[in-house]
Amino acid sequence: MEQTINTANWNWLILIPLLPFGGLLINLFLTKAKLPEKLIGWIGSLAVLSSFVLSLIAFLNLRALPADQRVIEVIFCKWIEVGTFHVEWAILLDPLSSLMMLIITGVGGVIHIYSIGYMHGDKGFRRFFIYLNLFVFFMLWLVMGNSFATMFIGWEGVGLCSYLLIGFWFTDMAKASAGKKAFVVNRIGDWGFLLGMLLLFTTFGSLQFTKVLPSTIEQYPGGAPILTAIALLLFVGACGKSAQLPLYVWLPDAMAGPTPVSALIHAATMVTAGVYMVVRANIIFSLSPFAMSVVATVGALTALFAATIGMRQWDIKKVLAYSTISQLGYMFLGAGVGAYETGIAHVMTHAFFKACLFLGSGAVIHSMEHAFHHANVHSDPQDIRNMGGLRKKIPITFWTFLIATIAISGIPGFSGFFSKDEILWKTFASGHIILWILASITAGLTAFYMFRLVYLTFFGEFRGGSEAEPHVKEVSPLMTSVLIVLAFFSVFGGHLAIPESLGGHFVVGKWLEPVLEKSRSLPSLAYYKVEHEKMLELGLMAGSVMIALLGIGLATLLFWKKKQERDVLLRKPTGFASLLENKYWVDEIYEALIVRPINSISVFFWKVFDGMAIDGFINGTGQVAVWVGGGIRRIQTGLLSNYALFMSVAIAAVVGWMIFGR
Amino acid sequence: MNSGISLEHYLALGAVLFCIGIAGVLTRRNAIILFMSVELMLNSVNLTLVAFSSYLGNATGQILAFFVIAVAAAEVGVGLAIIITVFRNRHSINIDDVNIMKG
Repeated sequence: MEQTINTANWNWLILIPLLPFGGLLINLFLTKAKLPEKLIGWIGSLAVLSSFVLSLIAFLNLRALPADQRVIEVIFCKWIEVGTFHVEWAILLDPLSSLMMLIITGVGGVIHIYSIGYMHGDKGFRRFFIYLNLFVFFMLWLVMGNSFATMFIGWEGVGLCSYLLIGFWFTDMAKASAGKKAFVVNRIGDWGFLLGMLLLFTTFGSLQFTKVLPSTIEQYPGGAPILTAIALLLFVGACGKSAQLPLYVWLPDAMAGPTPVSALIHAATMVTAGVYMVVRANIIFSLSPFAMSVVATVGALTALFAATIGMRQWDIKKVLAYSTISQLGYMFLGAGVGAYETGIAHVMTHAFFKACLFLGSGAVIHSMEHAFHHANVHSDPQDIRNMGGLRKKIPITFWTFLIATIAISGIPGFSGFFSKDEILWKTFASGHIILWILASITAGLTAFYMFRLVYLTFFGEFRGGSEAEPHVKEVSPLMTSVLIVLAFFSVFGGHLAIPESLGGHFVVGKWLEPVLEKSRSLPSLAYYKVEHEKMLELGLMAGSVMIALLGIGLATLLFWKKKQERDVLLRKPTGFASLLENKYWVDEIYEALIVRPINSISVFFWKVFDGMAIDGFINGTGQVAVWVGGGIRRIQTGLLSNYALFMSVAIAAVVGWMIFGR
Repeated sequence: MNSGISLEHYLALGAVLFCIGIAGVLTRRNAIILFMSVELMLNSVNLTLVAFSSYLGNATGQILAFFVIAVAAAEVGVGLAIIITVFRNRHSINIDDVNIMKG
């Protein structure tokens, strides 16, 4: 039984999103760009870190409550009241939102600190921190809001911040276009989300989580087509925001933004908003087995698809981008088979190791840029074909990167193993064998391409030229300390997800149970109640470890044992490799099938319809007035006798009419 | 009072004078002759009014004729002032010469 407590004790929760907003206001109005960077950066970082402290307090207070009372809804004021449609500014604190809050403020906070070092010397330093704080503000609203409407505010807001931050260096046309692409593709997803929200409101009369989610199972205990429709529409929104097929195309381009942006927004937080939404609305999905299988299938296919592309990318950030898309696919796979808590567990572990990987790549790029700048070389500092042998030169970056790579590859003992393996196990246990096979193959590919990245970047010989080689140095302590913190969590952050079969308590799962208990009673999650053979689970676990080791072994063979010559690497790919390297030509296909036709239609409407038809009509009306005027003008001859004549004729006519006409 | 000249004769005279007046207004070029024609028209109307008044035994026509005479006098005063000003500017009272329109 859930009780909502609305006491004044919890009103301070509003500070959690307001502190980052306050930080942004201070940086916007009270500081100037000329103030020391450290001041601006630390204002922004402390705003988020203090939110983290408050989130921690909220979490601990929540934990102190008995498990069935962990739902706190604090309503602040009314926002929309139109007829029966009510939306309030309110916060819902429950196990799910508290966990997300910790991830957002915790990982976000350290990324802010990292950015102080990374954005050093950039002219837009102050603007960067303003945008980052704005992002954290919106993201917190997304997870803390008590209704779909408030979640949507956060949803749109983070989309905006994503646009602002991807196109941060907007003077470069390509980067600005990347931001535009992200926003437009996101918008397509938002269309689905809005329709889903509309259907929810018309069917259940409310958008508030505590009202609408229980009423779905009350009104339709056996499911209904309308619920399937709602679930699918909401999932379209999730596909856009969380970069699943077919709306993933914006994420690789989003790497045009500064690396902390890629870490925070496109790895740890914003892209997980879709997963959060699916888990929040888990009851709707669980009532619709069809929608669940769609989610799971799209997740698994996306994971495999992106992993194959990642195998053949040469930009360090692009590899990580496709890796993100792939891991997000895993999260949706977990949610789609009903194991929502595993999806969230993977969100958590992924936030740690992916942020560590992105920030590590940022450190690598910084070191390479610095070296190239010193040596006056104009090569691409992000291309791994220009790297090599960096492990001796930038050891801290190397070790943290390696740790995070081992985590993502699913090696036991590191965080990624526990969450990913739980997803694989639940996929198998729920009977989705084909998806399990696809996901397992993807796990092998993940290990393969991540270790390929590590080997080509850090092992072997430096390929960037002998002039640049002596100048490659470690980045500032500020940045490396963040890397170390994240690497630590990449290892130990997963301990909260250790499953019972290995002696743990799957703490994350237990914590999230109140959010998911209604789903557990439904037939689509019946397999949860079945006692599975422990041996089977352990056996499958061993199998996935073997696959991961296979991937690592293959990568070692191809990329470490064999010497990597720059010329060989730079050769144009053929056949299947070419298909992968060119991302299956998806962007080009979209360009030809969707973008160009829309452009042509727009140009048609602009030049022909607007230019000729509408402007012609308006101008034509004016022209008619001119002609008529030109005609009537001729009455004004200026000759007095003409005027006298007209007058006489007119008077005679009027008099005649008066006498004879009536 | 009937003295053998019936009403129709007066009306006919009035009409003829009026038509002569109109013909003068429409065709004459000299502004003063134009004015004379206008006066002719006004006076023909006066004649008609008085004739009706006499034959109907009603004084209304005569009163109205008074008004017309007064208005005609005022109008002539203003009109001649305008003609003099135009003459001073254009050195001509030919009405065709006061047209400065280009179309």
